[in-house]
Amino acid sequence: MSNLTALPIILPLIAGIIMAFIHKKTTIVRKLSQVFTVVNLLVVGGVFLYVLQNGTIILETGDWAAPYGIILVGDLLSMTLVLTSNLVATACVFYAPKSLSKEQEAFYFYSFFFMLIAGVSGAFLTGDLFNLFVFFEVLLMASYGLIVLGNGKAQLRESIKYVLINLFSSMLFVTTIAFLYSVVGTVNMAQVAERVQEVEQQGILTTIAIMFFFVFATKAAVFPLYYWLPRPYISPNPVVSALFGALLTKVGIYSILRIFTLIFNQDVQLTHTLFIYLAALTMIFGVVGALSTNNIKLVVAYNIIPAVGFMLMGIGIFTEVSISGTIYYLVHDMIIKGALFLLVGAVAYVAGTSDLRKMGGLIHHYPVLGWLFFIASLVLAGIPPFSGFIGKLLLLKGGLAEEEILIVIVGLLTSLLILFSMIRIFIRGFWGEKTKIPLPEREHKGKMMAWPIGLLLTFSILLGVGAEWFYPSIESISNYLMDPQLYIDSVLKE
Amino acid sequence: MTRTNDIILRATTTLIAFIILGFSIYLFFAGHNAPGGGFIGGLMTSAAFVLMYMAYGIRSMEKILPINFRYIIPAGLIIALGTGIGSFIFGQPFLSQTYAYFQLPILGKTELATALLFDLGVYLTVVGITMTIILTIANDRS
Repeated sequence: MSNLTALPIILPLIAGIIMAFIHKKTTIVRKLSQVFTVVNLLVVGGVFLYVLQNGTIILETGDWAAPYGIILVGDLLSMTLVLTSNLVATACVFYAPKSLSKEQEAFYFYSFFFMLIAGVSGAFLTGDLFNLFVFFEVLLMASYGLIVLGNGKAQLRESIKYVLINLFSSMLFVTTIAFLYSVVGTVNMAQVAERVQEVEQQGILTTIAIMFFFVFATKAAVFPLYYWLPRPYISPNPVVSALFGALLTKVGIYSILRIFTLIFNQDVQLTHTLFIYLAALTMIFGVVGALSTNNIKLVVAYNIIPAVGFMLMGIGIFTEVSISGTIYYLVHDMIIKGALFLLVGAVAYVAGTSDLRKMGGLIHHYPVLGWLFFIASLVLAGIPPFSGFIGKLLLLKGGLAEEEILIVIVGLLTSLLILFSMIRIFIRGFWGEKTKIPLPEREHKGKMMAWPIGLLLTFSILLGVGAEWFYPSIESISNYLMDPQLYIDSVLKE
Repeated sequence: MTRTNDIILRATTTLIAFIILGFSIYLFFAGHNAPGGGFIGGLMTSAAFVLMYMAYGIRSMEKILPINFRYIIPAGLIIALGTGIGSFIFGQPFLSQTYAYFQLPILGKTELATALLFDLGVYLTVVGITMTIILTIANDRS
């Protein structure tokens, strides 16, 4: 039964390999990928239900006992995130044929896509720091492939930045793991967590903790390290942007969440207070960026950054309520960022431009896209019936309980400005006089793009309206995270 | 363009490429008990291929070695992944390996492990990737 944990990694890998064999037969590849993602989604859903009922499943690969071999830990947090990523992936794979050119599809798009999913699932599931690094590289390699796919001039320029910054942070990741290994003598997360309590010089551990934070903050785009994010994220095809925006930064946030609840929870005063300040700055700078531009894709890309700030704020406050807020926000943000990138991709496609000043009156021709965009804006800003509200409410509640008033105020103001930045697109792009349809030949395809987005938004609304159903499991995840001994015991089986 | 007569290069290549290929296969099989393995074996094999490409040119090599190296990469990956998944059938955890002793015709009693199959996957992937990189760059004249 423990092999169930490996399925979310193996299935996309097999799919990616098969797509590499038959990459030239576009129609078959397209249909087969859709079948594979749906099957994968169902399998992952099944594993998720199994974990929900029977608790964490541990896979000791190669039958080597826990601290010696590589382990895959399928706990509720990992499985929730894997399920969410597969949901976004399913929407993307159905959107892809409408948005990609035939050459891009034939040139290994689906192979890279499945490798990315395998890497993301692996990073969520692994219980070993070096293995985490390897899966980071798997997903980054696939993302390098996706970002240059299509050979645009802007893509080449932005991909250089993207590759350089990620190579640098990966190098730092290896160095940090080497430091940690020399201090505690293991890379298995559970055993590291057990041994850090016995280390005499706690100062060196704090240094390592900050270095780990630096690495993951670069991947997750936290305040001083977010400068690389916006432009590389908008230069590739919309479906690639959606995958990046929904999955990549979230893997960084997940790693911070995992490592700073499990391993580095001794010097909370220093590290977690630092997180709160950085979270506030991340929110402010991200939302200022979102307001500063008229490029609709860039607005959405900048909106990733305040969301990262919100999640980091929950980790920084470090109470059960705020951690469940972070998890809720994480799941919500993966879905909504996927949906938003697909939406602005569709809007830019039908309007023929991504400059806000050049469009207007789109709602007369594309009512479905318009209202989907309106709902997505409300979801993103956290208006009550939708999912953004619950996460933010929990985060703010956690902040007030710990009397971190400043960050609560910053958070509320940021939400307001996020709503402003999104509604500005809605008002300027969709409202206005009925003009003649900008590009009539794109009308049918543009309308077809709406339904994968609608699918994602349905889940987003469900997550908000049905908060009563989801909240107990989210709460149990945060209880589980706040008690690292549970994780250590389940892995090391003592 | 005048072509220089590179008979010495070609004559030595026929001999040396043969030795390198043999050494790479030795390295591939030695991996379990001595330095070597799929990665270095694969690199060495591609080194022999690259030498042959340099001596004879792409056109004639495509006749001698009619392989599209791009398909070698997924082939290697599927073999490596297949050995990992094979443990599912026997109810063992993912990536478990096993070995047994066999009486082979010439070699006598030999230990055969499924780790070798995994190594074969690595070997093919490395050959495929190295040759794809080098041939793609070499073909790029536009």
